[in-house]
Order: sequence, then structure tokens, then C-alpha cells
Amino acid sequence: MAFKGIIEVDTQRCKGCSVCVVNCPTKSIQLSKMVNGKGYHYAEMTGDGCIGCSSCAVVCPDSVITVYRVKI
Amino acid sequence: MAEKILMKGNEAIAISAIRNGVDGYFGYPITPQSEVMETLMKEKPWETTGMVVLQAESETSSINMVYGGASCGKKVMTSSSSPGVSLMCEGISYMAGAELPCVVVDVMRGGPGLGTIQPSQSDYNQIVKGGGHGDYHNIVIAPASAQDMYDFVDWGFELAFKYRNPVVVLADGIIGQMMEKVEMHPMKPRRTDKEILETAPWATTGKPSTRERNIITSLSLDADIQERFNRKLKDKYRIIEETEVKYSEYMTEDAEYLFVAFGCSSRICEAVVDELRADGIKAGLLRPITLYPFPKDEIARLGRQVKSMMSVELNLGQMVEDVRLAVNGTCPVYFYGRQGGNIYTPEEIVAEFRKANGMA
Amino acid sequence: MSISIEEIKKPENIVYRKPALLTDNVMHYCPGCSHGTVHKLVAEVIEEMGIQDKTIGVCPVGCSVFAYNYIDIDWQEAAHGRAPALATATKRLCPDKYVFTYQGDGDLASIGTAEIIHACGRGENIVVIFINNGIYGMTGGQMAPTTLIGMKTATTPYGRDPKLNGFPLVIADMLAHLDGTAYITRQSVHTAPAARKAKSAIRKAFEYSQKGIGLSFVEIVSTCNSGWKMSPVDANKWMVEHMFAKYPIGDIKDVLNDK
Repeated sequence: MAFKGIIEVDTQRCKGCSVCVVNCPTKSIQLSKMVNGKGYHYAEMTGDGCIGCSSCAVVCPDSVITVYRVKI
Repeated sequence: MAEKILMKGNEAIAISAIRNGVDGYFGYPITPQSEVMETLMKEKPWETTGMVVLQAESETSSINMVYGGASCGKKVMTSSSSPGVSLMCEGISYMAGAELPCVVVDVMRGGPGLGTIQPSQSDYNQIVKGGGHGDYHNIVIAPASAQDMYDFVDWGFELAFKYRNPVVVLADGIIGQMMEKVEMHPMKPRRTDKEILETAPWATTGKPSTRERNIITSLSLDADIQERFNRKLKDKYRIIEETEVKYSEYMTEDAEYLFVAFGCSSRICEAVVDELRADGIKAGLLRPITLYPFPKDEIARLGRQVKSMMSVELNLGQMVEDVRLAVNGTCPVYFYGRQGGNIYTPEEIVAEFRKANGMA
Repeated sequence: MSISIEEIKKPENIVYRKPALLTDNVMHYCPGCSHGTVHKLVAEVIEEMGIQDKTIGVCPVGCSVFAYNYIDIDWQEAAHGRAPALATATKRLCPDKYVFTYQGDGDLASIGTAEIIHACGRGENIVVIFINNGIYGMTGGQMAPTTLIGMKTATTPYGRDPKLNGFPLVIADMLAHLDGTAYITRQSVHTAPAARKAKSAIRKAFEYSQKGIGLSFVEIVSTCNSGWKMSPVDANKWMVEHMFAKYPIGDIKDVLNDK
């Protein structure tokens, strides 16, 4: 059984700390080239490798990540 | 007729706390007020009224326990003496800033520093003018008997909750240690949780879904918010000054000379007035019962009536400054005081009075 | 099998989201600060235990002075170091409530040592969450009692020298010696597994606080990337390499499970 996931980032609240990026086991998060209203490069999903494990959201200090997951 | 029991002023504080529905006492031993906690521990009120009594590790901790208890809307108090109250001033300032009700009993001893363990009134400035940091006032009430010690606990809580403000019962070693008959009033039960929710809706009682969270804090980093709060406090103090002034007068109606004295000194000055009256000198006495708010209007009125005033205090002259401010130059205001735990006799005060007024 | 983003992004597929007990206020903490993560874990525990209406928190002075802006419960804001005294009275006067303090190392391990030690000594049935990042955050990165030897701070610009500044206090181990403590653990929140363990520890501490067995103490070894002058990711690495050596992760005392 495998999982497929996506993350939704509250980009305006994200402070671009990167803690989620290094915690992602499938390297599916990066910091955007864009900045938000506070000037932070916010986190965004990259590629289609996300398995919805929630590691990024669990370690996010600002609780800006919502994780969706389905079985495939 | 209500029961009368012979007890020390300090014991009266403890018994009154139990009988007036106080929820918690947090203290630390210090002479000359240790009997307050000793009496409470002996009485074991946690088995009867459910009152919590706890010996803390320091006065710093005991006042912060009072802060925590008061935050929950409970009737909580502490007692100490001068050096201990200095440690409590941080907490008292925080409670004034968080608008929390509490009663602090200060049984003053001589200072500065470790000073003496004998009676003194040398913390008038500390307690009436502030003590802790920031623009705030304690409501300060000054007992002059063991009965006052008993009555002022309940009165103190009434004022504390009415204004959400710390109340200090400013006593001294004489009032704390002397034994007098004390009349017991009927017992008041502790307030129920429901009554606390009604009387202290601001308290941290656990947030139900039906209201916003309650936050007890004295912090605001925004200058305008802090200023608004300071002005709100000022409005509260103005109402307190207009409403709560209390004093007693003795032979002031036709007085030509006025003594002003609080606490134990007011009792000694009654004898002084009697002695002078026996010599044909029309003396009178005003005893401020509330030191903050200070009975400045009545003293000002008397300032226009008498030839001179004398403030008599067990310190180097502290309340006398407030008397002079109230009188505002309408008559001379003299001072006589003793320090270090020494107590004046009526004869000594009479002699000082005569000397000051050129009657020697 | 291919599946579109729209098919995944449905409410029924949500497996993780911000706990409802966290308010919508944007946290004032620096990017990557451990405080935010720990706040979230505390909020999750309170939410999952269903004790929002029975919980009273006590904030410290320091960066987390504004914790009351973020977790939607009743709060008391204590003077510097005094939170355990407030919590003591609150718990004794309201024994059915869950009472916890949230304190940093400047607050708890320096100015508040008397209050925490005596609350432990008395066996107060409260929870203490202790954030140890080895530095004063809010006042601008000065030395804390927990600052490591050699660590540079605003008041140890050449590194902490034991001859000048003394040695770090290992608070949790000290408190474990006291008979009044029930549960003492040291955790971190730098990885997802670590954060999940920290959350379990916080939950255990809250549960223990209603058993009448004494004080439960959860130290979170944390970072202060601003104070340490590192990126959040580098700060986490530095913490693992240096802080964990002095403050090892794991349970130190558990009176219900120690043999």
C-alpha cells in the first residue's frame, strides 16, 4: 500500500525557516523563489513525491502546513 | 451578644481569615507577625472551611502564590513584616498592574535593613507611596487594636474586590503583639465556585466555549495602551479617594491644637489629648484609618480651625509630609517621632508639644 | 495510478492541520524558533484530552511571555521566575484544574530557581514545560545558567569561561533528586519523531498531574537561532552536536514506571 499526499502552506504566515524542508523524507518541499508580504521565501511543495507523512507539519513552528493524504 | 475572646492582634488576623471565608493564606515566618501563620496551622482550617494555608519558601514566593490565587478569583492573603514586605513589593506591583484583589498584612518593625524586631511605623512611605515600581496605589488601612485586626481582614477583602486592587493592612509590632478582647462576628462561608464566576468574571477559572479566554497580565508593550491603562488606574484611584476615606476624630470639635496619628500612635495620642485638656489646652486628635486614600479634606478643614498640628509617628517623619500637603500652609505642622522600636510616652509627647508651640 | 491534486485536497483527506486551540495570531517568534512547535504540541495535548475548560496556564517572562496570545485557554502572566508559585496556589485552590507553567531557562533556571525547586520539593501537582536553549532570547542573547562552556553570547562574547561565569546548571537532573517530582524527562522538537515523543511526554505530564503523585517536568532542549546567530537548520544541527551532549534526551525519572 502506498500513500500520496499534498501539503497546503499558509504562505502569508510562513516564515521560511526551512525546518520542514530538511525534515521531508521525500525531498518534496522547497522554499519558493517568491516572497510573502513579510518578505519571507515561503515553503512550497515540489514534485509529486509527497506521501502525506506530516513530518513537515509536525515540526513547523508556525503551524502553517495542512497535510492531505490518500491511499493509492 | 457576640462572643469575645482574648487574643493577640496577629491571632485575630488568622481567626478572622478563617471566619470570614478566606480561601487561601500563603506566608513566610518573620518576627513580629509569625503568630498569624502559626495560628492558622494550629486551627487547621482546611479541615473545616476548606481554606488553604501554605508556608512558602520566601516572601517573594508567598506574594506570587497570592498572585496566582487572586488570578483565580479567590480571596487570598499573606502577612509579613517590613523586610519581608520589601521582597513582596515586586509582586504587589504586578498585582496592582494586573488589577488583582488581595490583602497583605504588614506588621511593621524598625528599619532600614534588618533593623530591629521592635514596633515601628517607618514603612508608611513604602506602603502608602508605592514600594514596588510603577504608577500605582495600594489601598492602605491602619488598625489600632486587636479588634481592628479582626475587622480589617473582611473590610480589606471588601475593598480589594470592589476595586480589584491590593489592600495593605498596615499594622505595627504593638498592634500585632498586644492582647485584647476581640468580638467574633458571625461566620461567613467561603464563596462557592458559582459565586466566584459571578463576582470575578475576569478570573482564570478554565475557559468554557461560552466566553473569550481570560488573561491576567500587567504587560503591554504599546505605549498608548499602557498610557490608557495608567489613566484607567488613575480614574479608579480618584473614585477610591472620593469614596473610601475613613478617619476617626477625638475632641476635635472645639480643638485649637490637633494631633494626627495612626495605628498604635493614635491610641497614645488620645491620652495626650486627655492630659492637655486637663491642663485647659484644647487639643484634639485625628486618626487616619485609611492612609490611602488619605483624609486630606478633613485635615485641610481642621487646618483652618486650629493654631497648629503635630504629626506623631514611630519614624523620622513620613505621614507628616501628607499632613503638610493637606494643610497647605494654613497652620504650622510639627512632627514628633521615635525610632528603632522605642515608644513614646504621653508625657514625652506633651513636653514636645509644649516646646513646639512655645508653651514650655 | 494517477490522482489529481483536486482529488486529494478534500477535507476528508486532511491528516494534519493546525490545532483549533491555537489562535490565529501570528506568533512573534523568530523563524524556526522551537517555542512555536512546543506551543503547538501543548495545544494539541489539551485539545486531544478535551481539557480546555479545565486548564490554566502560567506564562513566564522571556520570549514566551506572550504564550497567552497563542493558546486559547485561561492564562496568568507571572513575574520573572515566579510561575511555579502562581501555579502552586492555583492548583491548591482549584485542585480539579490542570495547571501548567511554561518557562524558559532564564526564567526557570536563573531568577526562578527557588520557586521551581520548592514547587518540586513540595510535590505540587502541576506540569512544568521548560524550554532550554542555553541563552536569553528576548533580552538579546545574553548568557543563561544553561549556556554551554565556550558558547558565545552577548555577555560572554569570548565564550563562557567557567572561571569567570561558572558552569552550566543541569536543572532536570537536579530536580529528579527531589522526592516531590513524579516525572522528569528531556525532549526536543527538531525532527518529527522527536516532536511526537515530546508530545507524548507532555501528555503524560498532564495526565500525571491529576494523579496526586507530584510535579511533572518536561524539558525541551531547544534552539535560539537568533541568539546563537545561526540559520534555523544549522541551529538544530548545532543543538544535536553540542546541547545533547550536556543535556541528553530521554526520561530521567518516572515514578510510575521506574523499577
